[in-house]
Order: sequence, then C-alpha cells, then structure tokens
Amino acid sequence: MRIAALMLTLTVAPLVAAAQTMPSPVPQSEIFTREEIGHALAPPTPEAGRTAPSIANAPEDDGQWTMPSKNYASTRFSSLTEITPNNVKDLKPDFSFSLAVNKGQEAAPIVADNTMYVVTAYPNIVYALDLTKPGAPLKWIFAPKPAPASQGLACCDVVNRGGTVSNGKYIFNTLDGQTIAVDVKTGSAVWRTQLGDINRGETITMAPLVAKGRVYVGDSGGEMGVHGWIVALDENSGKLLWRGYSTGPDAQVLIGSDFKPHYPSDQGKDLGVQSWPPQAWEIGGGAVWGWVTYDPELDMIYHGVGNPGPWNNEQRPGDNKWTAGIFARDPATGSARWHYQYSPHDERDYDGVNEQILLDMPFAGKMQKVLIHPDRDGYLYVIERNTGTVLSADPFAPVNSTKGIDLQTGRPIINPAKQVRLGETVRDICPTASGGKDWNPSSFSPQTGLLYIPHENICMDWTSAEVNYIAGTPYVGALVLMKPGPGGNRGELTAWDPVQRRPAWAVKENFPIWSGTVVTAGDLVFYGTMDGWFKAVNARTGDLLWRYKVDSGIISQPISYRGPDGHQYIAVLSGVGGWAGAVVSGPVDPRDGSAALGMVNVMSDLPKYTTAGGALYVFSLPH
Amino acid sequence: MCSRFPIEVAALVAILLAGCNKGPQQALPAEQPSRPGVIDSALDPGVDHSLVTTDPRAAAYYNNADAVNTGKHLFAQYNCSGCHSNGGGGMGPDLMDDVWIYGSRLEQIHQTLVDGRPNGMPSWGNKVPDQQLWQLAAYVRSMSLPQTLAAQTDNTPSQTPAPVPPEADQGAGWAPPAATTNDYTTTIKGAD
Repeated sequence: MRIAALMLTLTVAPLVAAAQTMPSPVPQSEIFTREEIGHALAPPTPEAGRTAPSIANAPEDDGQWTMPSKNYASTRFSSLTEITPNNVKDLKPDFSFSLAVNKGQEAAPIVADNTMYVVTAYPNIVYALDLTKPGAPLKWIFAPKPAPASQGLACCDVVNRGGTVSNGKYIFNTLDGQTIAVDVKTGSAVWRTQLGDINRGETITMAPLVAKGRVYVGDSGGEMGVHGWIVALDENSGKLLWRGYSTGPDAQVLIGSDFKPHYPSDQGKDLGVQSWPPQAWEIGGGAVWGWVTYDPELDMIYHGVGNPGPWNNEQRPGDNKWTAGIFARDPATGSARWHYQYSPHDERDYDGVNEQILLDMPFAGKMQKVLIHPDRDGYLYVIERNTGTVLSADPFAPVNSTKGIDLQTGRPIINPAKQVRLGETVRDICPTASGGKDWNPSSFSPQTGLLYIPHENICMDWTSAEVNYIAGTPYVGALVLMKPGPGGNRGELTAWDPVQRRPAWAVKENFPIWSGTVVTAGDLVFYGTMDGWFKAVNARTGDLLWRYKVDSGIISQPISYRGPDGHQYIAVLSGVGGWAGAVVSGPVDPRDGSAALGMVNVMSDLPKYTTAGGALYVFSLPH
Repeated sequence: MCSRFPIEVAALVAILLAGCNKGPQQALPAEQPSRPGVIDSALDPGVDHSLVTTDPRAAAYYNNADAVNTGKHLFAQYNCSGCHSNGGGGMGPDLMDDVWIYGSRLEQIHQTLVDGRPNGMPSWGNKVPDQQLWQLAAYVRSMSLPQTLAAQTDNTPSQTPAPVPPEADQGAGWAPPAATTNDYTTTIKGAD
C-alpha cells in the first residue's frame, strides 16, 4: 500500500519549467564609462608616427601561416589582397574535412610547404592535408592517444589551441600533458616529452610557441590547485631546458638579479611566498595556458599567468604573486626581467593569459615599443615592453569590478561595492569570470591601425564558499551565475584604436564571440559566431559583407593563406564548445545555471541554435 | 553455471541454466567464475532479459531523507560539485537528466564512486568512508527525481533533494522506471 501511494505521488508530481530562465541584462547604470575610468600617462600624439609591428617581429608575409599568431608580433594580419570588400560576396567553400571529434575546436589551421595541419580537441588527433591536390587529400594522421582520464581535469572543455610548424616538425601539446614533435614528412613522432601530471590537476591546452630552437609550453589547471609553470624545451630533442614556476620562492620563479619590475609592489624578496598564507602558493594556480610571445628585437619572451586558486579569495589573503599578471623572461634561461600584475589578489578569475601584440606605437610624442593586451579584467593595456610600464589602460568591455587602473602604482582601483565576501552574494559584477574577453585572440592591421577584439558582454553574481584542496579535483569555492551585460547582446567585435584610446566601431553579437579574428590587407576581418556563422566585415566600418553557415558553432582561430595556385584562401575550424559552449558539447544540463562554472546561466539557449560538430572549412573566390 | 550473478535471484537460476543448454549459447564459456557484483553493462549475453541484482547495503538509503541531505553536503565537501555543478555538469557529465552511462541504481552509482570511471571520474573507494559513498549515491540519484526537479525555484537545482523511493530502482538502471525521472532534454525546440 505504501509503495502504491508513493507511486501515485510520483506520477502527479508537477513539472518544472522545461527551459531555464535567461537572466535580465545588467543595467547600463551599473557600468562605469570609458571617460570615468580610462587612464593614460600622456594624451594621444598620433602625429609622432604610424602604428605597426617591426620587420623583425612581423617579417614580410610569405603567404604561409606557420604559427597560430601568424608572426612573433602576433598581428594575425595577412598581406593577401585578392579578397576585397567588393568581391567577398562571391566567397565559396572550396573543401571541408570532418575532424571526427565533436568537442570545442579552438585551434588555428597551420599552412606550411603547401600542407595544412590541424589538431583537434581531445584526443588531439593531427591531420596533414595536401593542398596541391584537388580536395586536399590526407597525407597522414597522427593519433597521440592521450590518457582518457585527462578529460576529467579540463575546466572548460577538452580544447586544444593549435600547433606550430618549425624546421620540418609539427609541434603541439596533448590534454594529458605531453609536448610532441611530429615529422611533417612521415607523420611519426620525432620526440614526445611528458610535462604535466594529471594527478596534480595538470593538463595542457595551449599552443606552444617555437622560437630560436626552443619550444615554450605552459600548463592548464588554474581551477585544480596546480603549481603553475612555463618550460622551455630544446626544439630538436624535446629535452627540458628550464622551468619557471608562477608562485613560490624566487629560485623557483627564476627571479634573480636581472629582475627589474617597474612598480614598487612587485619589488622584494620571495614575494611569490610572502604574498600568500603559509604553503598556499604550492596549490595557488597561476597556470600558463595562454599565449607566449617572442620578441626578437629585445630578445624576451612575454607570457601571461592565470588566476590564483581557489576562486574563494578569503582562503588566500595577500597579492598572490605572481598570478593574474605578465612576465617578461630571458628566452635562453627563463630568468625573469619584469612582471606586471593586472589583478593583485584576484577575486574573480581574471587570468592574465590573453594575447599580447607587439607593436611600435606613437605615445607621448615619440615611437615606443609596446605590447597591447586586452585583459580578462576588461581593460586594454598598452605596456612599454622594455620596462613593463603601463602607458594606458582603458575599458573595452563593461567594467564595474574596478574603477580604473592607477598608473602611478600600477594597481587597479578597488570598487568596494563589488568586492566579494564569504557567504554573501554580490550581484552584477562586470566583467564576468571569463572576462571582458577570454583567450580568443585579436588581430591588428597596420593598414587601419586598428585592433580587432572579439569579446564578451557578460556579467555575473558571485557567492564565495569554503573549499577543500583534494589533489586532482577542482579547487574553486565559488557559486557563479552569469548574466548578459548592458543591452543584452552577449558578444561584441570591437575595432579599437590604441593611439586614440577609443573604439572606431563595434558590431554586436547575440552570443559571446569565442573565436579569434584575422584581418587581411584587403581590409576584411573574419570571425565566427557560436551559432555557426562565419562572417566577413569591412575592417574600416564593421559592415557585414559576407556570411556562411557551417555545421556547428565556431570558437577557433581563422587564418588566411596563399594556396599552391597563387590564390588567397580563408580557413577556419567549426566545432562549438569551450567554456562558453560546454552547454552544447557537454554533456551539460541547461537547467543548472551554475553548471560549467556558472556559464550555463547565460548560455542555456545555445542548444536551440547549434549542435556539437567539428570540421575544417576552406573558402576562396571562384577561379 | 554461465551466470556471473547466480546468488541474488534464485528464481532466475533455473532459466539461466535452461538457456545454457540452448544451441547458440554454447559459444559462451560453459563455466564462469561466480562473482557477486554490480552489473556495469545493459548487455547481458546468454539471457533474454536483464538481470537485476540488489546489494543489501543499498536498502538503508532508500526513503532516507538524511542520506540525500548529508549527500548534498558531501557533494560540495569532496569537490564533486566542482565537476558536476549542482547536477548540471561541466568538467564532468550532468547528473540531473535521465541518461545513465553506468546505471542509475544506487548500487551502480555507488560502484562508480568506488571504482571511478576511465574518462575522468576519480576512484574514491579507499578514500571516503563507505557510508558516505552511499549517501552521495542517494543524492546523485535524487537529482533527477520529479520531486527534486519540481522543488527547483531558481537557476540552481538539487537544493531540496527528495528521498529516493525504492521503486526508482525497480528497473535494471539504464532506463529508469516510468515516473521516477523527469526528463526535459528529449525534445529541444529551435529558436524562433
């Protein structure tokens, strides 16, 4: 009888709403204006010269695309001019190729010696395609077979951001922590080096940088309590040359007598220990999962450092150095030259790992060597890259978590209204945890002088909670629920003028833009949307000139190259996923707003627009 | 004996033995080591129906409000929520829908917790007291119960977990019995 009664109860239980509720956008009144919080050390002096990368950092374009960032300057600028605003309407798919992996595809296709190389999300399969033959047939497939358990350690989908061709090898990383060099002729491994340990939460998702015979690789795992690091490997042997940690004693961080940080708060002994509670630095995150940039002119590498762990900041009082900042290091020894901390004592998961673009730019009446970095914290930083001095910092996305960057101290000005406290929900914090923008890189055109920033318009509610450290499990301690920023459009493409410190134009998108951009000498910007449109807009006006719907949302890095026939091609991977697309590439349930670290709250409608997929698309004009 | 699970359901043994004598089943090994345990696959060769085992240790965790509430706290304490969120998933799969890769019965969920699973689920068997693993299993099973889903008042589910009724485990575990699940993911309507 009792069971029968219970069965009845089950049958008549009321149904909850089938779709999760989309939260209201944060009101515009919550956001500071650019004029209120943007700062620079001097007013604009555009007459002092034209902004462009140096020849050393961006050599003359050979029509190939051998590294994800195109060149050391990381401009992602293609000098090809066949495709123009006038004829782009005729752009047609040339061929496509299934990647056989339906997870978030974040990589850039690589083109070298008339061969295209693509690496997929886990299980990180590499395909080499022969561009000299019709339909680009397979030359070889390399399957590294990473440990399946590594899938359980990837915070934000099992992504991979690409490989690089150098000296006859395709060099890439695997989710389970290996760096592998594959012979481009034979498709077999020349060397493989195990760098990460999944039982300490370490995975690798970043694209390695190869420069001057060395391969630079960093770990992922900022949500797993890793002790973050960057290494240099010998390009020919895969042998470890040096390893620099992001936290800990100076000896581990590779801080020595060469270290000359510009700001007083970065000066002192063993700050990577002193700015933490005892031992907390050992599990303090600081993963190096973003972009590493080499500067042949100054012979330095620059790399961002990820968020401190756990997200609950009350478990780690102090500045938590050297997390959420950027290092300049000696490429041969790893020895640190300077550091700048974008977010001291980060309270919101503002990793400092986004791209840095190396340019010569007029500032204060003279040409200066700068790096330009649009950060998770919503500010576009222009940094003099010899010394690590911030020249200007302006919001490119909605910001209220801080009230600007104090250019005397280098520190963000805290907004007490948005400071998080244990057990208390702080609402409408902008930008959200994934930032004003995330990892997906901008491009820069020396023709227009504009930076094309693909980014988000998302904010969040945040509740901190106590969390235990258990090796190999998440170390987060926050309940996050994301929501659209002002206006409700969750994404935006902003063309930013770094000299005038203001946007030239912006295009709104319904979903956050999780793809990179590429800009061409034909004055076109290409990018993809999470609902599967691949688009070309006019680089000078932002006008939409062409679009093509692919099989799944786009979160990868488009490129432009010259084919063996001399014509210009555009290539991109489809395959939605990543942090923002986990609700589709999951399995993730849209009814749980806190799923995927709170991202699902603002992305629950994505399954109505796209399904998981994964393919390479190559486009050209009819010829 | 060709059954791996002869001890739990005595009535089935005769059927199984009969099956072993039929022609096609002769391809199976005539003798299998007898191992009482949890069925990890919905495929059960050699018989024309699924076997249902019952771990006697599971009994105490049905109709047990304490178990699901304690399980809810343990779920956060052991960082389960770091991967599975409040049932919606993220680094790990969601747990609040009606898809059960390794089975929905309490003993099957318990087994997943004890042994781990190859694609990233850690093994907790020697690290967490067994009673807590059963409490966690009960909470996980509760996430997709109609009452638990109906109690969701905002975008954070699984905050008021209903006790697991015994009839939730009447099936073999891969297709929960009718009215013990509440699925909304079977049909997704496109955007306008």
